[in-house]
Amino acid sequence: MGASARFTFWMRSLQAVALAVAVCFTLGATDAGSRFTNLNHRLMCTCGCAEILGECNHVGCTNSTSELNELRTGIAAGKSDQEILSSFVGKYGAVVLAAPTTQGFDLVAWIAPFAVFAAALLGTILLVRRWTAGKQPEETLATDPATEALVKKIRRETESGSDGGY
Amino acid sequence: MAAFGSFALVIALALAAYNLLAGTVALRLIATGQSAPISPERLADTARRAGIAVFVAVTAAAFALTWSVFTNDFSITYILEHSNRALPGAYKFSALWSGQEGSLLLWAWLLAAYGFVLRLTHKTDVKLYAYAGAILAGVQVFFLLVLNFAAPPFALLRGAVPEDGNGLNPLLQYPEMVIHPPMLYLGYVGFSVPFAFALGALMMRYPGEKWIKITRIWTMVTWMFLTCGIFLGMHWAYAVLGWGGYWGWDPVENASFMPWLTGTAFLHSVMMQEKKGMMKSWNVWLIFTTFLLTLLGTLLTRAGLVSSVHAFAQSSIGTWFVVFMGIVLAVCIFTYILQRSHLKGEHQIESLVSRESSFLFNNLVLLAACFVILWGTLFPILSEYVVGNKVTVGAPWYNTVAIPIGIFLLFLTGVGPLLPWRATSLKSVKRNFVLPVIALWITVIVCLAVGVRPWKDGAIDQGQFYALVAFAMSAAVMTAISSEFLRGAGVIARQTGRNHFAAMVLLIRRNTRRYGGYFIHIGVVIVVIGLSGSAFNRNVESEMALHDKINIGPYTLECVGASQDSNSNYNSDFALLDVYKGGKREFQMTPEKRVYLASEQPQTMVAIHSTLPWDLYVVYEGTNPDTQQPIIKAFLNPLVGWIWAGVVLIALGTVVALVPSLTPATAALRVPAARTAPVEPALGGGD
Repeated sequence: MGASARFTFWMRSLQAVALAVAVCFTLGATDAGSRFTNLNHRLMCTCGCAEILGECNHVGCTNSTSELNELRTGIAAGKSDQEILSSFVGKYGAVVLAAPTTQGFDLVAWIAPFAVFAAALLGTILLVRRWTAGKQPEETLATDPATEALVKKIRRETESGSDGGY
Repeated sequence: MAAFGSFALVIALALAAYNLLAGTVALRLIATGQSAPISPERLADTARRAGIAVFVAVTAAAFALTWSVFTNDFSITYILEHSNRALPGAYKFSALWSGQEGSLLLWAWLLAAYGFVLRLTHKTDVKLYAYAGAILAGVQVFFLLVLNFAAPPFALLRGAVPEDGNGLNPLLQYPEMVIHPPMLYLGYVGFSVPFAFALGALMMRYPGEKWIKITRIWTMVTWMFLTCGIFLGMHWAYAVLGWGGYWGWDPVENASFMPWLTGTAFLHSVMMQEKKGMMKSWNVWLIFTTFLLTLLGTLLTRAGLVSSVHAFAQSSIGTWFVVFMGIVLAVCIFTYILQRSHLKGEHQIESLVSRESSFLFNNLVLLAACFVILWGTLFPILSEYVVGNKVTVGAPWYNTVAIPIGIFLLFLTGVGPLLPWRATSLKSVKRNFVLPVIALWITVIVCLAVGVRPWKDGAIDQGQFYALVAFAMSAAVMTAISSEFLRGAGVIARQTGRNHFAAMVLLIRRNTRRYGGYFIHIGVVIVVIGLSGSAFNRNVESEMALHDKINIGPYTLECVGASQDSNSNYNSDFALLDVYKGGKREFQMTPEKRVYLASEQPQTMVAIHSTLPWDLYVVYEGTNPDTQQPIIKAFLNPLVGWIWAGVVLIALGTVVALVPSLTPATAALRVPAARTAPVEPALGGGD
């Protein structure tokens, strides 16, 4: 198979996979039950048990049943997710939301981890690039088969050993 | 017995203080060469012996508390609050760590036990062990000060002594609670030892990297205990809390996970120091951070800074921990600044695509994960401080922020072992990655074909999307690791004429550390597959009259009765459920609800039927007060068993990695003479 034919084969395979993924991604269904489950996992039980509303099941909980009923009522009344969540915040305070919002100081909760991770990743890449700058890739040093074989032998010897780690 | 226990703790404090002071003075005299009335070596040895005696004294105190629990000595406040006469014997042991004072005593005892072993094995390197012993004594002094003055376990009750105690928290009356806390504490406390060695080695400008080899066993054993402790806690939460899950990103769970992450980073990056003399400062700070995080976790959960369903013991010891952490941090910074020239790296990374580089990124991701968890744990406090508004940072936040980082880490788990040390060529990368990439795409297609739906209602279904990515990545990592095993075993089989299984055993024995590490990685992958199963959890809740049925997955549950039982410790209500599969009765489940008499607290006892594809998990939620009929909630939780299987493999892998490898000479002797062939040196390790 020539280079061009190989390229076409791989491109077609990639397209087929992408198409299969796209078809599967578009499958799925919606219902009030899944919306109820989704919303009750975005809210906390307010009895002090520190559990997600949809998962609070301890005996004698005075709050979860009424909260779940409020949620059902909100969905039945045709309210949007945002309206339902806002009504819960209005009644119980911001602690009723299982995660910080994306407004005001709460936004910091979302941004900081990614910002720190991105900065650390960038810093690490720059650091490694600085270390490696000016160093030729090792493979290019071996210009003739004899030297290449020698380099490989040295590498094998230095990299083998019982406590080498992985 | 209370007086005996208190006295033992005072003696232990005095001995630990002597160990710290005499040890420090002796090491100072040795370092400066000053003369003294007593030879510094003898002084250091008296300090070491005092350290050994601390173990005896703390053991006496722990024995006194245990004895008091078993003899129902309710004149001791701690025993009154955490035990009662009807408490079964095994749980009387767990009363030792069910409260603040007892768990601190357990901490001090384990620390003393680690110190005991360390001081007995001092001949490995007398000077380094003397430094480590003195530092460990400093940590012991802190815990013994807290036990003697802030949280005394033998405090006596004022007034009349009641006939019976308040009983143990019902959540703790579960078999795993007898082993989970000690296991977790063995992990927490154990990190004090590598910390002491790292700080000691830095203080004395220890030449070379031998100290890392000395502490490797300590670090790995500690890491294994912490890992097992965390997973036992998960299993306990799964079986006892009754919400169908095992990890809720609770502050106590987070507190145990953070040092695990930094400890894992240390175990990886320390290999760079051993092999290449690189990342010395980084490693020292990793172990310092790990130790500080064990203290921070205790501070967070014990000082009431954050609320938790797992925090069984809260008090005002927070200030003590803050001060101690401040002192530890100051000592670490001061020592580092003073000795940083000793930590200069001998080599640098030569290529962005190399094993060294993958270790670096692995560390980066582990620390990023640690930061995310710390940030999420502390953000409610920060928000309240900055804007006066307390918020909840719960599972949805962690799932959004931490899971992508976890998947990236999984990716590195597969990539790392495929990269050689120093540098590699694009051709070599392509060759190593072909099979894993094929496995990845096949898994994606198979998952989509069998019904995984990462897209729903025009938006990404976060749970199933992450599950799909995790499954695909797991397949790639598993293929990568398996091909490493098969390649190595194939070479040995050709060399020695053994069958492939025997060749694989020899391969592992020749480099236990490397292949033990691979076992751990496979275990992690299996755990990840198990965790991903949670995206497909299903549940159904119903009030069940006699012969009512509920269906979940392939199972049909029929209520065939409800009954009650009682003993001296608790009363219980339970349902009898016959479980059918394919129309055939398979087994019976008896979910239970208990009310403990001493504490008058209810407790769920979940019924779990575990199989490889899923767990059938049934909760007796209570009784409808109007109809007196049981309310049953059934969950079908896919792949949960994989999590527990994965952790067994992780522990097994750690044990394999701890076993010394066959030396080349020994290995040669084990090769059948007639079959001995020219050795291909590519097997040893490295790439």
